[in-house]
Amino acid sequence: MSVGLPHFLTVSALLFALGLFAVMKRRNAVGILMGVELMLNAANINFVAFSRYVQHGIDGQILAAFVIVLAAAEAAVALAIVLAMFRNFGTVNADAVQSLKR
Amino acid sequence: MTGDLIFYLLAALTILPAFWVVLSPNIVHAGFSLLLTLLGAAGLYAYLGADFVAVTQLMVYVGGVLVLVLFTVMMTRVPRGDRPNRGLDRYVPPALFSLLVFVLLYKVITGTQWAASIEGPAQPTTAEFGANLLTNYLFPFEYVSLVLLAAMVGAAILIREHRTTDDVDTPPVDDEKQNEQEVTS
Repeated sequence: MSVGLPHFLTVSALLFALGLFAVMKRRNAVGILMGVELMLNAANINFVAFSRYVQHGIDGQILAAFVIVLAAAEAAVALAIVLAMFRNFGTVNADAVQSLKR
Repeated sequence: MTGDLIFYLLAALTILPAFWVVLSPNIVHAGFSLLLTLLGAAGLYAYLGADFVAVTQLMVYVGGVLVLVLFTVMMTRVPRGDRPNRGLDRYVPPALFSLLVFVLLYKVITGTQWAASIEGPAQPTTAEFGANLLTNYLFPFEYVSLVLLAAMVGAAILIREHRTTDDVDTPPVDDEKQNEQEVTS
């Protein structure tokens, strides 16, 4: 069976499941963020694969580019929050940070 | 076929390091594995004919987000003794749940009759991409630039050292911490 749409969807599903696993398992806030990045990439692979195999157009690729931009914005804000958290609590363990204020 | 072989190599490059991103006890190793995963995903985009998205992925993710992630990881290192011990009970419920999600997705993927077809070899997309951004997608394009600006300002405000009147008595921050601040900004 030659490579087709289901192959890409399977890779993407695997990547999504791994990202979900990371988000649930990791306690380090940066690790959780890495899981989110994996899930965003899974969604992006789906966008581009459907754009190539089903829509034969450019819309999926443009949406994928928007997702990349938003992921960059999300990463910048999230990492700033992690650094502020480290400054105020001395830890990046997401379980240990339970109050809004020091 | 060579094309299929390239796909499987790229898929392996995407998936195998992703396991290490999830399982590695060392967060720095996880970050470097994420680099390989993102490179593999960029290869998959290129394989699908999305050359512009592939290069954007390389520049924004590998060149930007990942550097940011690694900086943060290295700035927020916790001494070994402070780390919570890892028990098996932390792995089992997430593993079961994500396996369930994967099986569900896989059943949907294999059980659906996709209206998939392929229209000849992939063409360069950059010209069409740019034309679409400035016509059909003009509003989202401008809007997302506003979102980026807001995120940039928000991150700068979050990272800033607060100097209110309450902090007058506290000793000044040590040099190392100030260096970290400079690197982030």
